[in-house]
Parts: sequence; structure tokens; C-alpha cells
Amino acid sequence: MIVYLLRRVGQSILAVVTMAVLVFIGVYAIGNPVDILVSPEASQAEIRATIERLGLDKPLWEQFLTFAGNALRGDLGTSFVYGRPAVEIILQRLPATFELAFVALLISVLIGIPLGVYAGLKPDSLGGRSVMAGSILGFSLPNFWQGMILILIFAVWLGWLPAGGRGPTVELLGIPVSFLTPQGWAYLLLPALNLALFKMALVIRLARANTREVCLQDYIKFARAKGLSPRRIVFVHVMKNIMIPIVTVLGLELGSMIAFAIVTETVFAWPGMGKLLIDSINLLDRPVIVAYLMLTVVIIVTINLAVDILYSILDPRVRLSEVKG
Amino acid sequence: MTPLLQVEDLRTHFFTRDGVARAVDGVSFTLNRGEVLGLVGESGSGKTVTGFSLLGLVDPPGRVVGGRILFDGTDLAGADEARLRKLRGKRIAMIFQDPMMTLNPVLRIDTQMVETVLAHDRVSRAEALARARAALVQVGISAPDERLASYPHQFSGGMRQRVAIAIALLHKPDLIIADEPTTALDVTIQAQILAEIQKLCRETGTALIWITHDLAVVSGLADKLAVMYAGRVVETGETSAVITAPVHPYTRGLIGSVPHGKPHRSMLQQIGGMTPSLLNLPKGCMFRPRCPRGDDECLAEPALREWLPGRFARCVHPHLDPHLDDAKERVS
Ligand SMILES: Nc1ncnc2c1ncn2[C@@H]1O[C@H](COP(=O)(O)OP(=O)(O)OP(=O)(O)O)[C@@H](O)[C@H]1O
Ligand code: SF4
Ligand SMILES: [Mg+2]
Repeated sequence: MIVYLLRRVGQSILAVVTMAVLVFIGVYAIGNPVDILVSPEASQAEIRATIERLGLDKPLWEQFLTFAGNALRGDLGTSFVYGRPAVEIILQRLPATFELAFVALLISVLIGIPLGVYAGLKPDSLGGRSVMAGSILGFSLPNFWQGMILILIFAVWLGWLPAGGRGPTVELLGIPVSFLTPQGWAYLLLPALNLALFKMALVIRLARANTREVCLQDYIKFARAKGLSPRRIVFVHVMKNIMIPIVTVLGLELGSMIAFAIVTETVFAWPGMGKLLIDSINLLDRPVIVAYLMLTVVIIVTINLAVDILYSILDPRVRLSEVKG
Repeated sequence: MTPLLQVEDLRTHFFTRDGVARAVDGVSFTLNRGEVLGLVGESGSGKTVTGFSLLGLVDPPGRVVGGRILFDGTDLAGADEARLRKLRGKRIAMIFQDPMMTLNPVLRIDTQMVETVLAHDRVSRAEALARARAALVQVGISAPDERLASYPHQFSGGMRQRVAIAIALLHKPDLIIADEPTTALDVTIQAQILAEIQKLCRETGTALIWITHDLAVVSGLADKLAVMYAGRVVETGETSAVITAPVHPYTRGLIGSVPHGKPHRSMLQQIGGMTPSLLNLPKGCMFRPRCPRGDDECLAEPALREWLPGRFARCVHPHLDPHLDDAKERVS
């Protein structure tokens, strides 16, 4: 297990370094880094100071080391707009995006798995077919349009929920969160649902396909031949088997959910990282964009690592063979 | 004494898109308590479907469409699911063909055994675990405590089949249906497991249906044989009688293809021709295209008939005096 962990951590670091090289090439080697990293309104002296600090007059490999060194210390430049370190600004927005993504994931799992398993157990029933039809819809509707429809229905017509923003938050361990108050939920629900719908469709299909496959296995028939109740067969024998692929895929999807919260955050004016990115692109706040790219990679890689570990805990076959190896 | 199991003209059909597959279409046999029945037939003759039918485990598009399954006096063919579930694992247990696929890969052995106990008996978990442990010991598994805490993939095929047998034994059932439980294993393990099941059944008085396509294996084990062909039982009787003097031309083909009546492994391939497709069955007797005795009288499907005491066969020209027939064949 330790060997396995070390190997996986090594792979993760490699992925981050690769991304760093790509971002570095994009910023330093292709464009003029002075344009990108120094505010257009900066004075001549400021420009010279930056060139010196970043060593832009040095050879490329030396520049990369400086960039990497700065990045390791958490310095990815200073926002033109806010005049504060870019990393700090993004980290400030992180909780909002994380909360949104986690709640969306929770919704897609809590609704998607039961629906998918049901559709898998009764593929020919009316209910099973309806679930599948719904999941096709969830797949094919564009996210922004779906978001606007949700706003139209729940905020404009019914007036049940606010149309956008995050509303009031409360602090949990120093981090602002919405999910502890009913008011916070009111703001959280629509964007989370919007972000969840696509994944829910994915979960439904995964759960259904896996349920159907597992149900055909000999061990399910054997479980029935033992006289077990249908409840136990579905909730223990089927569920435990389908959870392995679902957790794997979903874990990987959590990363993309954080990255692609951009659309939802923009539509619902949710003050997360994605909205910050769009704002920064509009304002040409390039250090923030660079920092966003780097941080997103680190986040996704970390999540994938966590998923792999979780997967190995869920699946005894992986767990044990890795112990031996 | 009423028999433990009396199957009469069982029919299980699969209603597929390509037509109705009559996988089981006339299976009859009786089994007394503690007896061993060998259910023999080529691949695709309907042995497994027969086994599943007895337990009510035939899945759509399949359905038991006719016949009776009298188990201890009650008909299981029309029984509802709740009633069948009470029997499954408790009074009738089944062991499957492929031990690698029978145990759930993500559940520990103790989970899979304890749940079987708890499905039928209201006992504490500790007691269920103790029974699981005892069953493992019974099938010759050493270090049972360690085994209980393992997952199936840590076991060899033979070991997994032992666990499946231990699960079948948990409730000391009246009947175990063993569906070719040794074919997936290598020969030495096969012999061991065969001997063990036989011993266990004898000790506990459990009746056994041993499904196989290998007449040689089963003839040393079974009290009775039922020979299947194209979904039908074509001959039944005491093992020694069927082996030494087969009445049905098909059985005779199976045994006669081996010199001196001593069956060996490959004998089933030695009858000319092929098993008919279930969707395109011959008219009349199913064996007619391959039968040396077939003639126009065989164009009407023969019924299973008692030709000699205790000897049933589905044929209009049975070998009632096999030695005479042997002699005739040698001359011609
Ligand atoms: N789900 C199904 N749908 C359609 N036909 C089926 C289905 N299951 C079984 N059959 C049919 O039933 C026939 C008998 O199958 P069965 O598994 O009982 O054979 P068997 O005697 O056990 O053979 P083997 O020795 O290969 O295990 C097969 O030829 C197949 O065509
Ligand atoms: S009924 Fe006719 S064809 Fe069928 S086995 Fe008997 S002799 Fe052969
Ligand atoms: Mg079979």
C-alpha cells in the first residue's frame, strides 16, 4: 500500500510539473511575459523591477526555475485589478466553488444512484424507461440554457428561490459556507441543481448499466439460491459492486465539476473561482488567470489521488494485491 | 414412503425474439431421501435450466410453463416467490458450475456465509458465525477463522467450490442440486471434491442431484440416472441397470461407444451427428436424425414409458434385450 501510495503521489507531482511547464511556456516563452505579467498602466521603473524580479533577462531554463520556485512559495504574481497576490484572491473564492461542487455531487449521487439502480433492475418498466429518457435530456441540454430555465421557473415564475448570488454565509472554522442555514440553502440550491443535472444523468446511466451487468452475474443468482431477500440482494450484493465504478468515475468528475462550474457560476452570479476566472479574462487580469490554471490542476490532481485511494479501499481486489506488491 | 422429489413432465421455455426455445420440455424423475441422482446430458440439453426450474430461479424471458415439481408433497411449479425463498438455501441448496463466479467478489466469506444463516434462522451473529466456521471445517478447509475474514479472490477455484459447498450445507438441506460443480477444476481436485460431497451427503442424509455431461464420473456416485436429450429425459433407472443394459438408443450410443461398457471421458462426442437446435427441432423423436433405429414410427413423439420395472425410456423401439441387440449388431 505504501509503495502504491508513493507511486501515485509521484504521478500526481509529475502531472503538476507538466502543467507548470505548459503554463510557463504559454506565458513566458510564447507571449511577451512583460505584457502578461505587468499591468499595462505600470511605470517604466515598475516594469524594470518586475523584469529583474522574475529574471526575464536570464536564459529560459533559469527563468523556469525562478517561476517554479516562486510558484512553490505560492507566488504566482499580483493581480492588476485587486493589487493583491493572485493566489490569495483565488483561495478566497475557493470555498464557494467547493461548496457548490460538493453539494452538486451529493445531489447527483443521492438522486442518480437510486434512479439508476431502479432503471437497471426494471429496464422494461415504464418507470425505468422514463428515467432513461430523463437522463438523455440531462445529457443533451446545454448547461447555461438549463440554468436560465431553472431561474425562470423557480425564481421568476414561482418566486421560491433567489435568482443568483450567494446570499448570507456563516463561518465554519473560519470558512464562509452556505449549507448551514436555510437561507444559504435557498441560494445554493438552484446553482447546485444546475451543476448536478449533467452529472446526475451520468450517474443514472452508470448505475443502470452496472446494475444490469451485475444482476446477470452468477453470484447474484447464487445469492438468490441462498434464499436471501431481494432487499439484501439489491442493497448489499448489487450496490457494493456498482459503487466501485461509480465512485471512480464520480471522483474524477468532481475535478471537472470544479473546473466547469464556470458556466453555472456565471449564470447564477455565484462568487466562486469560475466566475473569478471569467471576470479576470474580461479585465485581462493575467496573473489571476495563470494562478487559476495552476491551482485548478493541483486541485484536480489531488482529488484524483484521493479517489484512487478511496477506490483501493472499496475494492478488496485492488487493496490486497497492492499490499502484496 | 413418498419420494422427496417427484418431477413430472416439467417444461421450461424461453420466449426469445427468435422464437420459443423449449430448453426443458418433458423432464420427469423421482428422488427419495438420501438418494443420489445423476442428471446426464450433452451441453445444451437443459440440465442447468432444469436445476434452476426446481428452485424457481428461471429468469425472463424464461418461464416454467408446465409440469409439476412435487417437493415433499407440495408443488413448487406454481409456488409463489415468498414460499420458494423460504425453501431456497434452507431445504434445497444449489452449487453452481463455475466456482470463480459464484461468490460475490466484494464481500468477505464470513458475510456471505452469515447472511445465508440469518436468511432462514433467527440466531445471533455470533452463532451464525460459529455455524459458518463449522461448515468450513466440515468441507475440509483448514484455518477457518482466517478464511472467514478473506475475500473470494484470495482463494483457488477448488477452495471457492468448497466454500460454495459449505454454504450449501449450512442449513443441512434435504436436497442439494450440484450443477457440474467440478468441471471447472483440475482432475485431482475434482476427485477430492466429488468424494467429499458424497461423504457429506451420506452423513447428513441429504439427497443429491448431480448434474454432469460426464457419465463416467457420475456412474460411480449416483444411485439413479436420468439421461437428458434436447430438453427431455429420455431414460431413467437404477445406475447399474442403465449402464449395463441401456434401453434408449441414445444412452446405448453413449455407453456403447466405449469398449466393454466401461465409460470414459470423451464418450459423449462419439455419437454421429449433432444436438438439434432448440429453435428448429425435428418432428417426432428428437433423436431420430442420429438414431440407428429411427423409422417412420418415430415421427410421432414417443412418451416416457416404463418398459421394464423401474426403467423408463422415451422411445418406440427400445433395446429390451441388449445382449441380443449387441449380437445382431456385431453380425451386421
Ligand atoms: N436466458 C436464456 N434465453 C434463451 N435461451 C436460453 C436461456 N438460458 C438457456 N437457454 C437455452 O436452454 C438450453 C439449455 O441450457 P442449459 O444451460 O440448461 O444446458 P446444459 O444442459 O446445462 O448445458 P451445459 O452442459 O453446457 O451447462 C440452451 O441450449 C439455451 O438455448
Ligand atoms: S423413438 Fe425412434 S428415433 Fe427415437 S430413439 Fe427410439 S428408435 Fe430412435
Ligand atoms: Mg449447464
